[in-house]
Amino acid sequence: MVPKIMKQGWLAPLLYLGPALLIMLVFVIYPTVNTVILSFMDRTGTQSAAVDCSSDAPCWGVFENYRYALTTPIMLTALRNNALWLLLMVPGTVAVGLLFALLADRVRYESLAKSIVFMPMAISFIGAGVIWRFMYYIQTGGGAQIGLLNAILVKLGSQPVAFLSDSRFNNFSLMVVGVWLWAGFCMTILSAALKGLPTEVLEAARVDGANEWNLFWSVMFPMVLPTVVVVTTTMVINVLKIFDIVFVMTGGNYGTEVIANRMFQLIVTDTGKSMAIAVLLIILTIPVMIFNVRRFRAEEAMR
Amino acid sequence: MNPLNRLNKLFSKLPLHLAIIIMCILWLVPTLGLFVTSFRTRQAVRETGWWTVFSKQTVAGQAEYNTYCASCHGTDGKKIANANLADPTIANQFTRSINLLLDLQKPINNGPHLVDPQLPTNATKAQAILSPILTYMRALSGHVETSGKLTLSNYLDALVGYKGTANYLSDCQQKIPGTLAVFNCISADLLNQAGMGRAFLNTIAVAIPSTIIPILFAALAAYAFAWLDFKGRQWLFALLVGLQIIPLQMVLVPIARLYVSVGLQSSFLGIWLFHTGFGLPYAIYLMRNFIGGLPREIFESVYLDGASHWTAFRTLALPLAMPAIASLGIFQFLWIWNDFLVAKIFLSTKPVLTVQITNLIDPLGGNWNILTGAAFLSFIIPMVVFFAFQKYFARGLLSGSVKG
Repeated sequence: MVPKIMKQGWLAPLLYLGPALLIMLVFVIYPTVNTVILSFMDRTGTQSAAVDCSSDAPCWGVFENYRYALTTPIMLTALRNNALWLLLMVPGTVAVGLLFALLADRVRYESLAKSIVFMPMAISFIGAGVIWRFMYYIQTGGGAQIGLLNAILVKLGSQPVAFLSDSRFNNFSLMVVGVWLWAGFCMTILSAALKGLPTEVLEAARVDGANEWNLFWSVMFPMVLPTVVVVTTTMVINVLKIFDIVFVMTGGNYGTEVIANRMFQLIVTDTGKSMAIAVLLIILTIPVMIFNVRRFRAEEAMR
Repeated sequence: MNPLNRLNKLFSKLPLHLAIIIMCILWLVPTLGLFVTSFRTRQAVRETGWWTVFSKQTVAGQAEYNTYCASCHGTDGKKIANANLADPTIANQFTRSINLLLDLQKPINNGPHLVDPQLPTNATKAQAILSPILTYMRALSGHVETSGKLTLSNYLDALVGYKGTANYLSDCQQKIPGTLAVFNCISADLLNQAGMGRAFLNTIAVAIPSTIIPILFAALAAYAFAWLDFKGRQWLFALLVGLQIIPLQMVLVPIARLYVSVGLQSSFLGIWLFHTGFGLPYAIYLMRNFIGGLPREIFESVYLDGASHWTAFRTLALPLAMPAIASLGIFQFLWIWNDFLVAKIFLSTKPVLTVQITNLIDPLGGNWNILTGAAFLSFIIPMVVFFAFQKYFARGLLSGSVKG
């Protein structure tokens, strides 16, 4: 609560909040509404999306762009891939981050080790894309493999693998880059949560003869679970919007398309479809948004 | 603790250390590969893996040369006077291994050129042997640097945006027409539109104002949310928490259209305003949590002394919020420095570093040396900021959800 003594009229809040609210109105709220409207328009954004319909093809009328976003093969691939990222890459990243936070906590060079894993967070996804394109590079038609991974495969007597264009592996190749980038983020937040655990409880469990495995699963993990949930929701948002990595490494080709890249590819050529995909994206994030607002209100109630 | 105990403890912790060290290596190696490659010559990058710079220095192709050529031409290539392999003009005749293969298939002194050992009859296999021999011949003639040698020329090439097949400096010295058509071979080339030098300046011009402006507005708004009382305060702030998650993709097109109609497309002002608008929800959220967490008594006491809100904001809230401002500033700065999508759409004629890197990518992988140099140039500032202010960076992460 604001102290009684500091109450004031209506002018002061307006002066302090006004500039920020105005800018957010123009740059966040207005465009969001406009995007929803444009998603019902045609490729130029001037008339209803229904004009794109032809009599011999299925048509959803004014929702035509949403038919594209929800039923066409390329979008189904994109939706499948985003689901794959959610199911594999998010838990993978959180698990790697948690594991490293647990391990590093026990050694003296903890801060150095953590800096190394955290470092990819400082660089751009585009730069990370270059780093990993080089790691995955395949030399076709004679000559030594100069990409590290294929050089190792060849050394072990295997055939080189087209990590980025072979549709059996390429989605996983991209997810590895995601884990490499974000594990440091998960680690930092989870490590802080682990350090905040009351040492008496851990000591008591150890005295009672719990081994490290039981200690983790029955004492530590339940206590850091709220933090794990926060990290997971943030990662869910990141993964729904995943774009740069895919754009720079495969351009969404060879079956690696994702929602945000499709949206970008259509932004100039077909505004209506592009905006329908953007709306799809925000609809997918709404559950997380509601979750975050609820969490915020719960935190406020505790203050 | 006696030494035996200490040793025992070390061994029991060995798997732990091993696991951590392996993971650190896995995290470091990809970046290390990029870093090493950025100092290698184009030739070297194409022919050998970057990790070979750490192995014993055997010149590429020496083994093959010794097997096939050294018995007649000598280990230095000079044994036969009228076929001096150390003469650069000879190596230059063979631009590709297929040329050398065709030449070797011609009879010499009424007999085959190579008798013992013979080359494989399969042309691909024969070329796989001849290619390193050619490399070694170039090394013998001193025409091209040997693969072990490191160079800074990739960084210069990246800075000027060189796209040829040799390097900028040697092309300028040899007055190669294709290069002279693009470059003036003076220091102004560092600001070439297609180069990383210009992109570096563009990125700075985007990132610094886009960091400062939203923090100023956010500080004002955060003060209002924390210490002013007005109707709808809670409601408005909850809305702000929701706004943080709106994806960038949701706002791009309407703003781009707006900019075209008011003439702000591809302008620095336009991108500053965009980053301000899009950065504000998170910035206000973080600052409000910090300023609202300051002790109420100090605000009450200055207010009792007759200070206005403006005074309390300037002399109390702002200085005390410095740690939050630092975290936020570093966050916003790194996010903008590394941004690709916004710059690609709103600043198309003034490429920033990330956009310029994607312009340099050769889909066939022919210019790894320049691309890796360019990528590393873009890492310098974020790495310095990251390592210098790591404490604030981590604190920023911990004090709020992360914005979109």
